Amino acid sequence: MSKVPGASAVAMPLRLGKANMLARLAFIGVALAVVAGTFAYFGGWLTPNDLTPARFTDVFEYVDGVHPGFRRNHAKGVGVSGFFESNGNGVRLSRAVVFRPGRVPVIGRFSFGGGQPYVADRPDAVRGLGLQFSLPDGELWRTAMVSLPVFPVRMPEAFYELLIASKPDPATSKPDPAKMEAFLARHPETGKALTVIKGQPVSSGFGNSTFHGLNAFRFINSVGDSSPVRWLVVPMQPFEAATASSTPQDKNYLFDALIAAIHRQPLQWRLVVIIGQPGDPTNDASIAWPAERQQVHVGTLILDRVESDETSAATDINFDPLVLPAGIKPSDDPLLSARSAVYAQSFRRRAGETKQPSAITSADVRKGD
Amino acid sequence: MATQRLQFTAFSRLLHWTMAAMILTMLCIGVAMVASLNNYHVLVSIHRPLGITILILVVVRFVNRLLNPPPPFPATMSHMEGLMATASEFTMYGLMVVLPLVGWGMLSAARYPIVLFGSVHLPFILPHDVMLYALLRTTHTVLAYLFFLTFIAHFGAILFHTLIVRDGILKRMAP
Repeated sequence: MSKVPGASAVAMPLRLGKANMLARLAFIGVALAVVAGTFAYFGGWLTPNDLTPARFTDVFEYVDGVHPGFRRNHAKGVGVSGFFESNGNGVRLSRAVVFRPGRVPVIGRFSFGGGQPYVADRPDAVRGLGLQFSLPDGELWRTAMVSLPVFPVRMPEAFYELLIASKPDPATSKPDPAKMEAFLARHPETGKALTVIKGQPVSSGFGNSTFHGLNAFRFINSVGDSSPVRWLVVPMQPFEAATASSTPQDKNYLFDALIAAIHRQPLQWRLVVIIGQPGDPTNDASIAWPAERQQVHVGTLILDRVESDETSAATDINFDPLVLPAGIKPSDDPLLSARSAVYAQSFRRRAGETKQPSAITSADVRKGD
Repeated sequence: MATQRLQFTAFSRLLHWTMAAMILTMLCIGVAMVASLNNYHVLVSIHRPLGITILILVVVRFVNRLLNPPPPFPATMSHMEGLMATASEFTMYGLMVVLPLVGWGMLSAARYPIVLFGSVHLPFILPHDVMLYALLRTTHTVLAYLFFLTFIAHFGAILFHTLIVRDGILKRMAP
């Protein structure tokens, strides 16, 4: 083995031939490209047409516009607080601390579906109730419920399409019927869900609305038994049907009524857990479970305080339905992970934006006092 | 005089390779989860406890680094190259500490629970402040990309030394 001329005192290996050197450099280049490409693949940069949380959030902005500082959906609302009084009936179903007998503090937010923060109150708009239960061991349970008994679609991709199809035409301020028809033709499950939704009478206000958790979850009890469940809160305020008023109403009349009602006396709901049977779909929020399924009243939600978005702690909370305590697990419903992902994206966008005054101000809340 | 060690200690090598796998997994999970609807929840549920595990391991690693200094660089590396390699090593240690801390801090500022397993969760280390969340959330992403670029530079330098300079530098850390 001859010594390479010019080699320093350090024992250098044989000088590489030109082709060998190029091959080695090429190998290094390919190795680095593979690593970078793998990273890009995971980041979704190689599949730009995939539906991502960012694109999903964009569609809310496309339909309702960008309103800085506000939630991209359920933009208009008020904060509430109070507590949940568990009666202990849930303990056999779930080991979550929240179901042990006793009280836990709750904060929440009533809202209308849609991304318009100043939209006029309408009885037929979807009503939302987001809740956060603060468990004594520091765990949190959040749920984002709506007044619909079922969700209009089964898959996140279908909801994306539905949002686009239901964007109001600027000329008529109504969705294009042709687009809706085409959507319904592709998604027969939506037609069925809408029949169920329209079959439910609309109540006169937030206080006597039922709110449904929509998705299925799993309750795990202390011996590890798992039950498929859905939950809803049922108002203790008597039902009264919404009336199509002939006199024009104030823009915030439903929220004003809610504020006045809470100032009069605390509003209460029963938290009801529906227990699914084998064969009940847990991955399809567009289908209700049979009415005869066992319902367990696990406690009472008492809301005794109302605040505007400007001061309520609920304003800065993402009511992510997958913030769950030990003892409650997600089901296989594909909407759950998608909701969590899109809520996070919406939260991230609004978190960094300058806050604007909300439709219902602190003065409005005091007025109802 | 005792002969100088040419390899990192077995424990140092174990830490290096274990953490390398964890960090690469972590970086890929990070970019994948923010782009995913269907796997978002599963990935987030891995990302948070794995990040905290890395934070704990980097403390162990840093103490180990002080107790067991690395073997010398090969003589092919100039003093300046040695300084650069050490600087990039400490940049990566810094990121291993700062990235999980920023993650923990941003989740605290947004009041997202940081669940490790079951009901075991971390306390919030910052006040509930969404503007602070937004700032830290962006910082988290920028630092993660910086970490990936630092990793690419580290990987490229090792390949270059191993295949072109052929100074056997990989032997210092070979498993």
